[in-house]
Parts: sequence; structure tokens; C-alpha cells
Amino acid sequence: MFGAGGGTSSYREVEETDVVLLWGSNARETHPIWFHHLLKGIRNGTRLYVIDPRRTPSAQWGDVWMGLHVGSDIALSNTMAREIIHAGLADEKFIANATAGFEAFRASVEPYTLEFGERATGVPADVIREAALTYARADKAMVCWTLGITEHHTAVDNVLALINLSLLTGHVGRWGCGCNPLRGQNNVQGGGDMGAIPNKLPGFQDIEQDAEARTRIGNRWGVTIQPTRGRNLTEMLHAMSRRELTALFVIGENPAQSDADLHHVTDALTGLDHLVVQEILLTKTAELAHVVLPAAASSVEGEGTVTNSERRVQRVRKVVDPPGDARDELWILAELAKRLGADFGDPTAEQVWNEFRVVAPDFAGGMSYARLEALGGIQWPCPDESHPGETFLHGRLWEVPRRGRAAPFSVVHHEPPVEQPDAEFPLVLTTGRRLESYNTGVQTSGYESPLHFGETLDISPEDAARLGIADGETVRIRSRRGAVTAPARVDSSLRAGMVFMTLHFPDEVATNQLTIDASDPKSGTAEFKACAVRVDRITERELAHEGHH
Amino acid sequence: MDIRPVDAEATADERAAVDALLGAPRSSWEGGARGTARDAHTANVGGHDSRALRHLLLPALQAVQARVGWISEGGLGYVCERLNVPPADAWGVATFYALLSTAPRPKRVVHICDDIGCKAHGADALIAAVEKTAGPMHAHAPDHSRVSIEDDDATWMRTPCIGMCDRAPAAFVQQAGQQPRERLLGPVTAEDVNVYLARTFAPAAPVELEGPAWVPRQPIDQLRLLRRVGRVDPISLDAYRASLGYAALEKALAMGADAVIQEVTTSKLMGRGGAAFPTGRKWDTVARQPALPHYLVCNADESEPGTFKDRVLMEHDPFAVIESMTIAAFATGCARGYIYIRGEYPLATARLQDAIGEARAHHLLGENILGRGLAFDIEIRRGGGAYICGEETAIFESIEGKRGEPRNKPPFPAQVGLFGRPTVVNNVETLVNVPLILLEGGAALAAIGTAQSTGTRLFCLSGHVQAPGVYEAPYGTTVRTAIDMAGGLRPGRTLKAVLLGGAAGTFIRPDEIDLKLTHEDTRAANTTLGSGVIMVLDDTADLHDYVLRIAAFFRDESCGQCVPCRVGTVRQEEALHRIEKRRLRGGLPAELALLDEVGVAMKDASICGLGQTAYAAVESAIKRLRLYDPPHGAAR
Repeated sequence: MFGAGGGTSSYREVEETDVVLLWGSNARETHPIWFHHLLKGIRNGTRLYVIDPRRTPSAQWGDVWMGLHVGSDIALSNTMAREIIHAGLADEKFIANATAGFEAFRASVEPYTLEFGERATGVPADVIREAALTYARADKAMVCWTLGITEHHTAVDNVLALINLSLLTGHVGRWGCGCNPLRGQNNVQGGGDMGAIPNKLPGFQDIEQDAEARTRIGNRWGVTIQPTRGRNLTEMLHAMSRRELTALFVIGENPAQSDADLHHVTDALTGLDHLVVQEILLTKTAELAHVVLPAAASSVEGEGTVTNSERRVQRVRKVVDPPGDARDELWILAELAKRLGADFGDPTAEQVWNEFRVVAPDFAGGMSYARLEALGGIQWPCPDESHPGETFLHGRLWEVPRRGRAAPFSVVHHEPPVEQPDAEFPLVLTTGRRLESYNTGVQTSGYESPLHFGETLDISPEDAARLGIADGETVRIRSRRGAVTAPARVDSSLRAGMVFMTLHFPDEVATNQLTIDASDPKSGTAEFKACAVRVDRITERELAHEGHH
Repeated sequence: MDIRPVDAEATADERAAVDALLGAPRSSWEGGARGTARDAHTANVGGHDSRALRHLLLPALQAVQARVGWISEGGLGYVCERLNVPPADAWGVATFYALLSTAPRPKRVVHICDDIGCKAHGADALIAAVEKTAGPMHAHAPDHSRVSIEDDDATWMRTPCIGMCDRAPAAFVQQAGQQPRERLLGPVTAEDVNVYLARTFAPAAPVELEGPAWVPRQPIDQLRLLRRVGRVDPISLDAYRASLGYAALEKALAMGADAVIQEVTTSKLMGRGGAAFPTGRKWDTVARQPALPHYLVCNADESEPGTFKDRVLMEHDPFAVIESMTIAAFATGCARGYIYIRGEYPLATARLQDAIGEARAHHLLGENILGRGLAFDIEIRRGGGAYICGEETAIFESIEGKRGEPRNKPPFPAQVGLFGRPTVVNNVETLVNVPLILLEGGAALAAIGTAQSTGTRLFCLSGHVQAPGVYEAPYGTTVRTAIDMAGGLRPGRTLKAVLLGGAAGTFIRPDEIDLKLTHEDTRAANTTLGSGVIMVLDDTADLHDYVLRIAAFFRDESCGQCVPCRVGTVRQEEALHRIEKRRLRGGLPAELALLDEVGVAMKDASICGLGQTAYAAVESAIKRLRLYDPPHGAAR
């Protein structure tokens, strides 16, 4: 945010804030640890607004659930912004001191009247207004989100819309305030920190805009760093289809099952000249590979660090040896480098980390292994060894006069999902996750759990009744791209017109055969959250017929 | 809240019962019908507002019980939806309280007391006779298989003491329906019970205490707390005011809160519920707590076997309870008070409810009491048939809508009580002393009784005395005098033992009845006044029977939260049964040693007074009465 890709706040702040807008996140199920911090906040009086098309278990803890139409987040956010401005609750002092572009933003949200907001989002106008005013009036308030915001073709604009709200009200750069994307894995944040992003060098130094960093790091490593960003995953897949990209090295990712529009992905992967997959298990992607490199599980079989959603870098320690011929991931990379003509030697995890501290000194210079251990992890940035780490980011925005560049408002506009329901495909399918499973199930499907009931098509009681579908009956779900069958599960948390599936059981139900190959041009994230489908009953003859195959 | 609703549907009756209490559901997210556009896009159920409703769980379950006679899974589910409580949690509450049934039960139930007070008056024979004509008490199989219950079906059950020892043997009748009926019966015969069990029975009034109205058998000049009982119309506010009612509140408002607490402190008034804590100190502590709001709880969950004094006060002088609470609230800064009254006291409940209504109508409760800007109101909460809820922290849990499990102390109620706030919790009898203290001055009360135990005390005389009832006497009166007040023993009978303080108290021997009834004398004699129980047993009583009943009582009423009590009360009862049946393990001395070991563990390690006193009566029977000693050295 404002240049640094990480949540602004600490977990502790969630426990002490007054208002939380939990936007596009079912954290109760998908971020249970973070949600425990939120529960402490709730116990302390935090008022919770949950913005989600479904009335999820998270929404069941909310003081208010705002069940917007899938993909109408910007309409909601801009409507709230307009209400805040018209109620005279914009923090004018903060805006003047810390931000840029307010006038253009103010003008841009003017068409987002309450009437428009209600029409575009479905959320009653009085509820939108109450939420806006409560958020604005709160002493401490934060916005937290997950994939409900980012798995849209307007992913970046959605995030910018939420940041606008925080800038408008001065709910950033202070204790208990902020904007927090909740990370879906223990180390999504750490991957970004290290520079595993197409346009960033280690420590979020921008590869295109930061010439000084390019030169400094390039000189140290004896290479010339190109001033152009790489491809994101979606772009890579398209490049593979066009045969511009013919070799791929995949580390710990399962795109053959996790990505949108699976037919397209599988074609792209099988069309490669060379596919190398480094994995702990033989995933569907690994099955397609020319070479599989069995790796140690980094969480228990290797040394290193992870960074959590509050930017806290924590040590990971090896507790068991990897099985069989599986090798430490660092060892694999170092050996590959040797064979590719760049000898890194045989670095330990700590040596790699210290190299990172040297090339990203402002970010991690003060985070030695010894300090990480002594302090129980440190929240970045931490430039030197006397620095305690930052509990929250962007405090500089409150300094008068402001230090550094202004935080910009962004003009963003409502743009509904690419695919709208129509007569042929009348239902909106949105996808997500469930408590007991994790992504494509590589790590979770092997466990016994009373909550594992396999994949289902979750459907509202109204649609189930209209279509004559009984609870548990196997149905066919079709989109313009593919079809799958799954048992129906009548779910009263869904309203008519919306169905829900997960991608947890890709071997049984390949949900991503249905999802759309639309993505955000700015971030490459795919629009998993919205596509149009139809649901049909399966005749007994069809069922019997399918049984023979 | 994470709610996993049960699939079963509530019946129309169950819904109506809950809606009558809570109003109609505002949205499909709290149990209303689906389909509104608004519900599809917003909900305000599940947050702070919903969690604030949790305290209505017990009243909602009681509403279903009172309407239908039992709570089905669907009914429970509907209550959960309305109050946003997870069904598993609500199930834990519903199954905690004896007066709630989660298995099908006929609409009319006669609860026949088989506890010690009624045992002294033929309860065992009564129950045997009822069993013979009406069949065994369980009207349904344990697996709930018999679910087809006719509307006019009736059944009977055993119940522990229902506070009717002055009219033993006694019974409590409940009839579920749109107009639920309840009544206490006593003394009752098998024929009476069979009338209620008959299909043709049609109750007349909603609530009725059968039998003649009770007037204290003492001259009025001996009475302070009982002075209005039987003499002043309990349902007339005018009559109450004409007998000095509300003069004390006027005086309190004129004195100011600090002066009220000072008078109460000067009087040395001590709690009459059993723990004898100085009331002035309790009030002072709460009054000084910065945390707000403060709450007042009147503990009317009078469930100690043999105790019925608070019932008499509430039935016959309800305005005194209301006025006393108002003074206490004024002194300690409480804007809200609760009367937690045991579920088996329908008449007392009705009288208090009416008195509260009258008081509100005459600005003696509400926003501006007596036009003096004092704001205070009272809500009645009915118990669910759980002895433990009389414990001063379990009562909070119960009001908050939870299982009545006592809390660890500290923190003490005066600091962290009801809803986590500073709370005054006082027994009914304690409170009704307060108007007298204000009218006469604290010193006047301090002059009655002894230096350490001041004022008069209500004693519940029951068992084998000629005139069981509540008797008022100054502290320092002897047990012998108290027995004489109640007419003494029946002709030709000799005294065998006296149970002081109820099931949680101790037996004393006939040669000990010159004991003075004060806190200091009883403590020195290693016994207790407890809640004022004096249960007299003559030579017709088989004491072994009484000891077993007391042991069964504690086993049944243990809340099960802490191990010493949950396990200890069972082990105690088992050992006593082995002794009775002469199936001794390792001989009598070994069994008695085991009882002592278990008893000491309960006393030392239980969270609350229930476990701590569960061995007291048994121990006194063993050590004081020498009940299990082999006569003349021979095996019993």
C-alpha cells in the first residue's frame, strides 16, 4: 500500500479498534487465527461490518451484514465515500496534509448516490449510510479484506477503493486504524517480501522505477537487472498459449487445478517444451511435468523465515529430516544455479537471509536471526539493529509537515463482473473456501474430518425449490466453458440467484472448468468470484449412463 | 456467533410461546420467514445487539416449557435462532434445569416432594399410594420413544424440597398451555394427587395456594419481619402504606445513600441466606465501585431443604420486598434489580409481579421514584428447579442465560457480578430488615439479639413439631425455646435429633438443644444456623433414611462443574448405601474413613458452598449422632 505491499496494522490493533469493515473475506473460516484476534476485539466492543455476497460464518458474527451483489464493491465503497463527504465527516486536515487528488476523487464519487448504491449493490440505502457514518465517526477503524476483493477483474481498483475510504477518514497511520489484506497462507507476505513479484526486487524495491536499487543490487551480484517487469501468472499462461513462453519452473504451486478456466490452463501446460515442478507431493501439475524435483517441506524440514499478515517475520526451524530423496529447497536452487553457470556456493538459510538484509537494508537491515529469535519475530520495516520494527505503517502521514510523498486518492469506477447472468446461464457462481479444506487440497484432502463432505453445489432454498432439486441430489453445473456434476447442498446463507462452490476437491469436481478466464489487467488476478452458470437436474438415465464411464 | 441450526421445525405452539416473550422475528435471520428483498442483502443479527439478548435464553425456554410441557429439538432451535445462541449451548442450558424437559412430557405434572421435611409427614407412603394407582413416575421411555402424548395426559414426578415443609406432605402442580396453571398443594393426600392426575381435571384459577391462609402463631408484639403477614392485605398497596409501608424509602431519600449504608452498618445486619456476611460492608463496597452500572439481585431462590421463610414473606408481604430493594438500590447506586425466585413458588411470583406493577403505577418504581429523580426498576426471573442457583454467583450465570455453575471467587460479586458488573446480592429476609433499620435506627436493631448476632431471625420449624411454620425470634433464643414455640413434640414422642441449617447444615443431639441460636454459639458448637432451618425428628424417624435422602439430594443437585463435588457426592451416597445394605467394603471403619476422606476433599477443594457442605449433615450423623456406631460393640 502506498508502495509497500503489506497490511498496515498489527493483530493487537484488531483487538483494540472500534470498527472493522471485513470486506470480501470469510475470515472466520479462512483465516481462523486472525479471526481469533478479531473475536477479542468484538469482546472488547469492536463493531463489525461484514461485506460479502454470502451470509458467511464471519457475517454471522457481524453487527451488520451487507450482502452486496457479486462484484459491486466499488459501487458500495464509492457510495459510502459520497455519504461520508456529504455528511461533513471527511477528515479535511488529514486530507490536506497527507493526501493528493482529493478534488478529483470527490468529483468522481458524486454520481454514487444512495439510490445508485442500493441499485448497484442490492444493499438497502439506510444500511449503506449507517455503515459509512459509523466507519467515518469511529475513533479507530480499519478495513480488512481477502480474495472477495482481489479475485475480480477489477482487483486493484477494488483495493484502491477501500484505501480511498481510509484516506478520506484518516483511518490509516494510527494505532487501531488501517488497511489490511489478510494473507491466505502463512507466507504469502514473505514471498512478496523476497521479491517473488513480477515488478519488485527484494523488499518491494520497484524494478522499473527504482534505478538506484537496480544498480546497487546489480553491481553486488555482477549482473545487469533489466528495468522491465516480468509476467504475472495470467500473463504467463497467455504467453504459453502463444508459445512465447516454452519452459516453466513451478515451485510449490498447483496451477493445473487452482487456476481459472482449467481447460485453458491444462492446454497451456501440456504445450510447453519443458516443465519442471518442485513439489512435496505429486500434484496434478507435477503429473504433467517433464522433471519433478521432490522437495523438503519448508515448514518442518528446512530452515528459514515466514512473514505473516501483520508483516511479522518469524523463524522456521527444521524439526525432521525430509523423507527419501527429497532435498532442501535451497539446496535444489543452489545446485540448479551451479548447473546454469552461476555458483552461489552452498548457502545456509541464514546466509540467504543476510544477503536479503544487505540488498534491502531499509526494509530488513535490522532483522538478524538472533533478533528474530530474541523478539519472537519482528514486523517490517526494520532498518537497523536498534529498531524494534513497526506495529503499524504510514505514521508519517500524520506528521506536519508530512515526510515523503503524499498518499494518493484513486479515481475508480464500478464495473460489474465480465460475465452477467442471462437467460441461458441465469445463476451467478461465486467460489471460495471452507474451514476444513485448503485450496486444491494438496495438504488437506488426505485427512479424515467429519467436516469433509466433499465438494457440493451450494444453492439457495429458493433456487433449489424452483429447480426441483433436493438436498444432496447430484446436479449438473454448466458454464460457457465447461460442465461438472456435484451434489447440491441447500444453504440458507445464499440468496436466490447465487450459487457457491469451492476448488478444494479438484479431482472429483473441477470447479475451475466453470470459472472465467478474465483477469485484472493491473495485477493479473483472475475473476474467480463471478461467472454465469446454469444448474440442471440429472435424469436417472444420464446418471446410469455416466456410471458406466 | 457460529450457529449450526438443527433441522427440526418448531411447532406453532412453540413459536407462539417464544414470540409472546420476544415479539415477532424481525427478519429471516432470526427465525422469520425467508423471502424479503431486505433479508437477501442485509442482516443485523449476530453482533453485539444479539449477544445482549443471551440473558433471555432461560425465560424463552421456560416460555416453551410452560406452553407445551416440554421443549422439542425444533423448539430449542427456534429459541436459538431468535436469540442467536448455538444449539449445543442452549441444549446445555435446557438440560441443566429440572423444570425444563427436553423429552416429551404430558402437559400436567404433579411434582410430589419426597424430601426430608415431607418424609417426616408420610411422603414415602403418599408416593407409594400414588404409584399404586397412577403407575410409575416416568411417563416416557428414556429413549423418548413414547412421544404420542394426549393433551389431557398427566404424570407425576418426585421432587426435592419445594419449600412447603410447614404443610407437608406437599406437591407442586404445573399445567402447560396457553394459560399455564401452577399451584402448590399441602398437605396433600394420594386422593388429592389422583384428582390432578385425572384426565377430567379442570383447574380454576391460574395460581392458587390451596389450604387456609397462614397467620403467625405469635402475638404481634413479638413480630418485626412477620408483622404484616396474615394481618395486612398483601395485594393492596394502600394497606401496605397504611402499615408504615414506604415510610422507610422516604426517609432513605431524605438521609442520602451514605447515611443509609451507615445505618445498615451500625445495625450489624448480617446476611440471612446462610453465609452471614455483614450487609453494610457489602453495600459499601458496591457503592464505591467505579464500574457502571451496578446491579441488585434479590436472592429468592430459597431451595435449602427445610427452608420456607422467604416464601412466606414474598407471598404475604411482597411490597416490603420491593421497598427494601428500592432502598438498597438507592444506597448502592443500582438502576436495575432482579428478583431471582425459585420456579416452585408460583404464588410468591404472582404476588411480587402484581406488587411490581402496582409500584410502577404509583411511581414507586421507574424513572422518577416518589418524584425524587431516583430511577430503579425490578425484573423477576424464575429459577428452573436447580438448588445450585441460590449460590450467589450461580444466580448470575442463571440470570445471564447460562447453566447455573458457580464462579470462582475472587473476583467477588461486589466487584465483578451480574453481567460482569458490581452487584449487590441479598437474600429476601436480609433485605426486609432494612426498612426497620431506617425507621428505628441501626442502633435499635443492634440492641436486639446478641452483640455479634443482631436483630430477629426467621426460623423454619418443620418435621415432628405440632405446629410447623415460620417463627420469628431474637438471636440468642435456644433451640428448645424455638421448638416450644412450634408447639413442641407430639404427645408421647421423644426427640431423636434436630437438623439445623438444612441439608447443608448439621444434626444435633437431643442433649444439645439448649444451644443458643446465634452465629457465634452455633459456630462454637461446630454447627450452623444456615438459612434458619430447625427440623425436628422424633423417635418415629429412621435417621438413616434422612441421611440417605440428604446424600441423594447433593448428588442430584451438584452442578457437575468441579470434580470434588461431582464425584464426591456420588461416592458419598454409594458408601452410605453400602452401609445401609451391609455390603461393606473392607468393614465399617473403612467405609467411614472413606466417607471422611471424600468429605474432606469436597470441603477443601469444591468451588462453591454446595460441595463444601455436602458432607456436613452426613458427618454430623456419623460423629455427633453416632448413627453408624455398632450398638454395644456388635455389628449393626
